[in-house]
Amino acid sequence: MARDPSRSRKRRLVVALLAAVVLAGALVYTSFSSASSARSPSQLIRSAQPGRSYDVTGKVLPGYTRNGDELRFRLRDRGGSAAIAVLYRGAVPDPFRAGREVIVTVARQDGQFVGRRDSLITKCPSKFSAAPKRT
Amino acid sequence: MITLGRALLLLALALAVGGAAASIYGARTRRPEWVAVGRRSAYALVGVLTLAFALLEAAFLRSDFALQVVAGHSSTTTPLFYRATAAWSSQEGSLLLWVWLLSLWSSAVLRSSHARLRELAPYATAVLLGFAAFFGSMLVFLANPFQLLDPAPADGSGLQPLLRHPAMMVHPPLLYSGYTLLTVPFAFGVAALVTRRLDAAWIAATRRFALAAWLCLGAGILLGARWSWSELGWGGYWAWDPVENAALMPWLTCTAFIHSVMVQQRRGLLKTWNMSLVLGSGILAVLGTFLVRSGILDSIHAFGASTLGKPFLAFVAALAFGSVLLVASRRAELRSEGRDWSLVSRESVFLLNNLVLVGLCLVILWGTFFPLISEAATGDKASVGPPWFDRYTAPLAILAVALSGLGPLLAWRRSSAEGARRALLRPLAASVAVVAVVAAAVPAAAGSPRTLLLFGAAALAIAAVAQELWRGAAARRRVSGEGPARAVVSLVRRNRRRYGGYLVHAGVAVMLVGVAASSAFQHVRDVRLSPGQDARVGSYDVRYVSATGAVGKEKVSLGAVLDVRRDGRHVATLRPNRGYYPSRDPGLGPAGRWFDGEAASEVGLWVRPQGDVWTAVQPDIQSMQRMIDGIDRRFPLADAASERFILQAIADRYRMLPPAASFRLIVSPLVEWVWIGGALAVLGGLISLWPRPRSLRVRSAAWAAAGRLGRALERA
Repeated sequence: MARDPSRSRKRRLVVALLAAVVLAGALVYTSFSSASSARSPSQLIRSAQPGRSYDVTGKVLPGYTRNGDELRFRLRDRGGSAAIAVLYRGAVPDPFRAGREVIVTVARQDGQFVGRRDSLITKCPSKFSAAPKRT
Repeated sequence: MITLGRALLLLALALAVGGAAASIYGARTRRPEWVAVGRRSAYALVGVLTLAFALLEAAFLRSDFALQVVAGHSSTTTPLFYRATAAWSSQEGSLLLWVWLLSLWSSAVLRSSHARLRELAPYATAVLLGFAAFFGSMLVFLANPFQLLDPAPADGSGLQPLLRHPAMMVHPPLLYSGYTLLTVPFAFGVAALVTRRLDAAWIAATRRFALAAWLCLGAGILLGARWSWSELGWGGYWAWDPVENAALMPWLTCTAFIHSVMVQQRRGLLKTWNMSLVLGSGILAVLGTFLVRSGILDSIHAFGASTLGKPFLAFVAALAFGSVLLVASRRAELRSEGRDWSLVSRESVFLLNNLVLVGLCLVILWGTFFPLISEAATGDKASVGPPWFDRYTAPLAILAVALSGLGPLLAWRRSSAEGARRALLRPLAASVAVVAVVAAAVPAAAGSPRTLLLFGAAALAIAAVAQELWRGAAARRRVSGEGPARAVVSLVRRNRRRYGGYLVHAGVAVMLVGVAASSAFQHVRDVRLSPGQDARVGSYDVRYVSATGAVGKEKVSLGAVLDVRRDGRHVATLRPNRGYYPSRDPGLGPAGRWFDGEAASEVGLWVRPQGDVWTAVQPDIQSMQRMIDGIDRRFPLADAASERFILQAIADRYRMLPPAASFRLIVSPLVEWVWIGGALAVLGGLISLWPRPRSLRVRSAAWAAAGRLGRALERA
């Protein structure tokens, strides 16, 4: 069977491009539909829709309580005083402290924010610039 | 000394800029003496940077807190070993390490190949020195490690306790070696494009550097994962964090390059593709450094102050733009030499595996930068989590492993149907058998098709390696009459590159079996227990027997003794604990400062080949808060001796009257095989990289010389 190399070249290119487009489309679609938006506490107070999840970044206020594996803390804006109450279950990172900046994935439920299990992340105080920060 | 350090950095910057300029000038005007100036600048750079790095190390070892970096990352109580390695836990120190390693590899490649690649070497020198100039100017202008602190504090703030782990000390230099080694093929690729000498000569000269980069990055990633599993209290080894992804992306493109480069060397195909991979890997290496150092993305790795963000971004953008432009302008020269391309051949499998690896890299790139993409597209900074990554990476990884099994079984150019059938029969049968046995024997596996598929792919890859080794050894025995063991050894010795590569395939397959089993069949429980209480996790019963409390020189440790039983029989005793390191905040009292500072978990780990039992404890400090506050109020000015006495009392009280504590208990099947497979892969990489025996080298050098002579005669 005689094959025209330039034609098979072209066909290969089309197949490859098609595959790339399909993969890219899937990436774009799934990432936008399953991503959780980053918010500050004050933004959440204004506009959190029930059932949607958000990544909230803020500073932990003093006076958090632990009861069993339940951690209740208040989170305020990095540069403000608006604060939300968070109920969280799961692993608490080692550097978790009042005054530290944390990120947690939350959803609004009955007037408070409930964190997704194991989603709590503590950011380092800036003096440890290369310190990894997971529990 | 500080003046000397700063002078050395300035000198390094001058050498890099001057050397790069001299190289380009020499190459343009064809003046070898200027080219030599450029090359010698690269050699001199090694000396200058070695001295600068030694100065910084000395400052750390002597605890010279007049230096800001030392005060911020070390202390007199930090053990000597960690003091030496604290240098690269700082932004400034790690940049210096980066550029120092870069200068080492640059000199190594120039020494070994400048005579052979006379036309390319000057441009490659210029590119390498250009990298050095960029990082040098970062060091001089934005992140100077020789920054004074006035007045010098009496003690430093110490190394972050989580980083006090041997693996963590080797991990950064390994990753940085990987990143910097990748700049070598990048530089020669650019030089080949600039000079339009696009034959395989530059690839041959830098292939070992690409392989070494691959090995260093891979080993660095593995050590980081191992540290995370055995040291951090969250109980995992991979989280799709930007900094992890930053190292994985160039590793993937480098893996692709190591394979596709064989297609170019054998068949003259895929030239544009290879060039793009090399340039892409180099850019990803800089991007990796940038991600760690810029603070542009939220990460569980904390980022330093982000003064470096903009220059890095500009640098990466310039590299990417320049690379695309250069490749586009040379596309005529990059056209493939070969034409015919058969579907059932090794090069087809290599191409597919390249597409899979690059696809993986693109998925990870998209997910990593998604917060920025989404902010640009919708104005809303959003991120994707590990489930999103898993959805794409798991099937692609399964495909990659299956292809790694197929590749070695098919011949170059075209496999005859009969030959392919013969080669594939046994490995495919092994693969099907493994899937059937696992599905029948492990009920949990039957419900997880993804895991079964991966097991099948891994079985295929391992069986393929075994069959190739068997066939090669059998052929050798026929020729040389050696015994079976000797035949295998001499076979591997004579084809290090190939059989090292096969060992890597087997190692990666084993590793991914560990990853699949430990993520699909893992049991996790978070429980709160008082002494005497039990919790069940997987098929194990864990009893909280008693509390522990100890006061050390650096930390107070509170922990637990756990009795692990299976079917009512004692199998292990684990002692997880949490170390509390004192804060330097003077406002805190003698007891409170210990519990308001940093804390780090010590994991209690029972390691076995069939699976680990992993435990971490979070003591309830809250219950002792009143006691701690009372002590702080009553003895605010306790001296060191009474402070120890107080701490001992707190630790004793915790031991005698332990409150309920929170535990995280994990049973993770086959997780050790992640590290065993990883170690095999590293060993395979080392075998591939090891220099060939002298006798063979001499012989092939003679062949090459004969070839050169032949070509010269042809031209004449």
